[in-house]
Formats: sequence, structure tokens, C-alpha cells
Amino acid sequence: MENFTGADFILGCSAIGAGLAVIAGIGPGIGQGIAAGHGAAAVGRNPGAKGDITSTMLLGQAVAETTGLYGLLVAMLLMFVKPLAR
Amino acid sequence: MEYGILMAADTEVDFMIHGLFSYELFGQTLWITTSHVCILIVMLLLLTFAIIANRKIKHATEVPDTFQCVIELIVEKLDGMVENAMGHNAKYFANYIGTIFCFILLSNISGLLGLRPPTADYGTTLALALITFGIITFQKFKHQHVSGFLKGLCDPWPIWAPINLIGDIAVPVSLSLRLFANILSGVVIEALVYTLLAKVAIIWPAALHVYFDLFSGAIQTYVFCMLTMTYVNQAIEDGEY
Repeated sequence: MENFTGADFILGCSAIGAGLAVIAGIGPGIGQGIAAGHGAAAVGRNPGAKGDITSTMLLGQAVAETTGLYGLLVAMLLMFVKPLAR
Repeated sequence: MEYGILMAADTEVDFMIHGLFSYELFGQTLWITTSHVCILIVMLLLLTFAIIANRKIKHATEVPDTFQCVIELIVEKLDGMVENAMGHNAKYFANYIGTIFCFILLSNISGLLGLRPPTADYGTTLALALITFGIITFQKFKHQHVSGFLKGLCDPWPIWAPINLIGDIAVPVSLSLRLFANILSGVVIEALVYTLLAKVAIIWPAALHVYFDLFSGAIQTYVFCMLTMTYVNQAIEDGEY
């Protein structure tokens, strides 16, 4: 432990921060699940419109995914670009 | 391996963009990177296909052969997609949307060719999103004029103008970040599997390529084009009513 410097501490905290940042993935997971569930219900009610329902559902899911991706980007910046350890 | 496996990423796991050679322009040091080379390869592929398709369609026959059928199918599907999303405005934007659709799709699936996808570079996606932003702003000024633009900015009260402005600027930011982060996540996961699990990475990473390169890439291409069309159409239709 005698070689433990401030830079090491910052790197460790960056790793913890990256782990905390990807918790943002919970929201889009729930949201996409709800969208897929309603999509399945809609196909059950109206099987003829399966193509339209699927493309609308995928578009909405991809947009909902954005907030999770922001969390991923923050985690990647903390781990690979290391802005705090400069 | 001082800081654990992931922290030593710049020596172990390699998914970064590399500079090939640098040059000076107006006192700035600029780099030609691997992204530029990948974009060039993608563009050459598209250009070759376009030139061959142009030759073919000039000598089109009454009963089409296989290649002519493929060209007609591509054009028909792209035109149909734009027509569905934009209605009677489709004829002005079908060319642009078709072009960026082909470019983004081929960029996204170029991971299968062993390239680093150019869309996993924020410079590429930001440029694409800024073109979209330019088109949206131009159409707003063209169809709503300056008065309508200011009225839209001060909706419902003038005090909301900064929030509306931030909302406008968030469009290109979220468009570019969505495409960038999706493709980057695929690149990172593939790089991790190929480097850290190199001993057991036999055949099964093909499933990763199918999901991250083909499925995710195609979905994100579709989403980028659909959102571009929706925003542009909204800018036009706000001026018509």
C-alpha cells in the first residue's frame, strides 16, 4: 500500500463511477420491455398489422434506448479517456 | 497490467481510432485517421456499385435480369420508405435520404469486412446530424418565414425561448450520439471478446457480429433516416397550417 498514489485513487474512483453510470441501463430496459409487451398485445389484437406494429415498436425502442446509451458513453469516457486522471 | 485489465486498455484491448499521418493547416495539426481510410473504402464500394448500376440501367431491358431486379428493388424500397414517412414532400428528399441510408448502412455493416465502422467515430455521425440540422433549419425558414420561426421559438410565451432553443439544439446532439454509441458499443464488445477471450473466441463470435453489426446497424440506420424525415416533415408542415 506504500506505492498507493493520488492518481491510483482517482482511477479507482473512475471505475466505480463508470459502474454507477451504466445503472442508467435499467430505465431503457424497463421501457423497451413495456413497448415490446404492448407490441405483442397489439399483434394479438390485430395480426394483419404485424409489419407496421413491429417497425413502430422498433423505432420507439431505439429512441428510448438513447438515455441508456448516454450512461454507457459516460462510463466509456471514464474508463478509456480518463478525463479525471489527467 | 498495473491497473487491472480494462484500465490498461490503451496497451491491451484496442478499439481506438489511430492516426496515420499528420499535416499542418492554418497552424493546426490535423490527422488522417483510420476512420478516413474506412470512409474512403465504403465510398469506393458505393461508387463502384453506383457506376455499374448506372451502366446497367441505361441498357435496361424489358425483361429484367437478376442485377437489374436488385437495383429496382433497392430504389423501390427506399422510395417507398420516404413516401410512407413524408407523403407529398417525398420527391424533394428521396435522393438525400436514399444516399445517407446507403452510406450509414454500409458503414455500420463494414465491421463484417474487417474495418472499424466509420460511424463509430463521433466526427462522422456529428457531420451527418449537422446536415440534418441544417436541412431542418432551412426548411423552417423557407416554409414558416422569419415570423413563423420566431413565433415557434416563443411558444407559448417568450420566456420559454431558451428552453425551445435547447430543444432545437438537442436534435442533432441526440441523433448523432444515438448512432455513435450504438455502433461504438458493438465495436468495444467485439474488441473485448477478441482480445480477452482470444483463446475461446472460435466461431461463436459470429453471433455477436450478426447482432451488433447486422441487426443493430440496420435498425439504427432505419431510425436515423426515419427521425430525419420526421423532423424535416414537421418543419415543413408547421408552416403549412
